[in-house]
Amino acid sequence: MFGKKRVAIVGAGLTLFRRRLKETGKELSYEAAKMALDAAGMELRDMKSVVMGTAPDAFDGVHMKGEYLADGAGAYHKPYTRVFVGGGTGVFTPLAGWWHVASGQFDTCLVVAEEKMSSCYPHPQYAFTTIFDPILERPLGMNLIWIFALEMHRYMHKHNIKKEQIALVSVKNKRNALDHPCAQLAANITVEDVLSSEIMAWPVQRLDVSPTSDGAAALVLASEDVAKEVTDNPVWIDGVGWCIDSTLWTNRDLYYPDYVECAARMAYKMAGIKNPPKEIDVAEPYDPFDYKELHHMEGLLLCKKGEAPKLTAEGVTQRDGDLPINPSGGLLGVGNPIAAAGLMKVCEIFWQLRGEAGKRQIPGDPRTGLAQAWGDLMQYGSVIVLRR
Amino acid sequence: MSEKIKHYSGEALKSADIEEGRVPTEKCRPKAKFAWSAGMAMSRFLEELKNGKIIATTCNKCKRIMVPPRIYCENCFKPTDGWTYVKDIGTINTYSVSYLAADATRLKEPIIVAIIDLDGASESMGIIHKLGEIDPKEVKFGMKVKAVWKPPEERVGAITDIKYFKPIKEEKP
Ligand SMILES: [Zn+2]
Repeated sequence: MFGKKRVAIVGAGLTLFRRRLKETGKELSYEAAKMALDAAGMELRDMKSVVMGTAPDAFDGVHMKGEYLADGAGAYHKPYTRVFVGGGTGVFTPLAGWWHVASGQFDTCLVVAEEKMSSCYPHPQYAFTTIFDPILERPLGMNLIWIFALEMHRYMHKHNIKKEQIALVSVKNKRNALDHPCAQLAANITVEDVLSSEIMAWPVQRLDVSPTSDGAAALVLASEDVAKEVTDNPVWIDGVGWCIDSTLWTNRDLYYPDYVECAARMAYKMAGIKNPPKEIDVAEPYDPFDYKELHHMEGLLLCKKGEAPKLTAEGVTQRDGDLPINPSGGLLGVGNPIAAAGLMKVCEIFWQLRGEAGKRQIPGDPRTGLAQAWGDLMQYGSVIVLRR
Repeated sequence: MSEKIKHYSGEALKSADIEEGRVPTEKCRPKAKFAWSAGMAMSRFLEELKNGKIIATTCNKCKRIMVPPRIYCENCFKPTDGWTYVKDIGTINTYSVSYLAADATRLKEPIIVAIIDLDGASESMGIIHKLGEIDPKEVKFGMKVKAVWKPPEERVGAITDIKYFKPIKEEKP
């Protein structure tokens, strides 16, 4: 049906996620890339292309950041591309890797995502203020949290959702992260803890939000022929989708992410998925805020609009529920080094489908999984569907 | 492979490690400055703000009245067809009570920010602005608000020529 080569993931690597790491961005990229190669039983010389994902240059204060990181990502003397679509980068990076191999141009692609937010000192918040429209928005003294607070509040208002229902996501994800060896903010917390945490911009409170982090993640992608040579356990990239809405974010109803639905439909069509809640066994939707997990479950058509809080309250999204959501612990628990966080989600689905997720392993022999990231000015969705 | 991996790389640092010079670091503050041309559509918009008016552009194909104005309709991907004023009155689409300033420093008195759908523009054509002359607890979705302008001599052609929006009493039918 598609005139493309089938593409497999054959190895994954990850560093610790922490507020501030001693390693440079290049060093973190190297550690993750090397781990992914080792896991695949392959060498850098086996990699015919390299794709790097990393977010705004302003975090590092290094322009040409893609080029700066290239040798850490193993791109020395190879075809190399750096991609960046805001918070959507982490899942978009393997999508770009996918077309390198699916096109038939390359048999293999090393996919690396890195973020070192701590270099922006004392806090990366300052870099975020430069994402807004310079004429219309910046003179108002915009803070990044405002836009999420406005979106979260609109979503709550539209479906009559209470903060208590949303806080359950933070509780679940931070607890799931207790089993993740790289996690930055794993914790046993209660709904009460979330509701009594500092109010940043109502309805957003401290424990509704993921942290800023340093970290890196990597994947090795291979064509079908190569994959079958190097592993008995390939995980296939069976669906890819991506979509952007306008930066005019105040010109759309924020209660629902249409652009995520558009990306999901593209991926489902390619993967032949007709009934996502039935056919997806495990999902890692983007959760930089607790409400975003719910918002994205709906945008990904994993449930009806406004239904995600109910499924969460019923335990459906727990690791042992019917539709485990963010078994890794997500950005809320593992951490949010932006591009690396999105790719961490793809690593998690890879490990879950191979039955290698250890204490995080969901029951029921999962065969199909999904990861999704989201970003820019609340306007970008990237979706990947994996199968074993 | 996750459960087979015994070691994950990464050595955590604390802010104090940098502040107190316990690890080698290099510091720098870039001195880049910018001056943006407001562009074909927004220059007119800013000039009109100086007159105490909010101007939109229209598209005859999709029939939208668009704020902020643009010289092309991103929907139809054609030039917009004309200019029209919309009201400085609108409806609160969503809002937030923020204790964060732009640089994330904490505010004792919160700022209320809102997306305001302006009367006369198409549905969901909101702009972001602040609310004033209202207690945070009194703000409601769907509330009618009106722009409070700076005095004409203080206006400079900026979005801040509107100081904030304040609630207006809706007339009972
Ligand atoms: Zn149009």
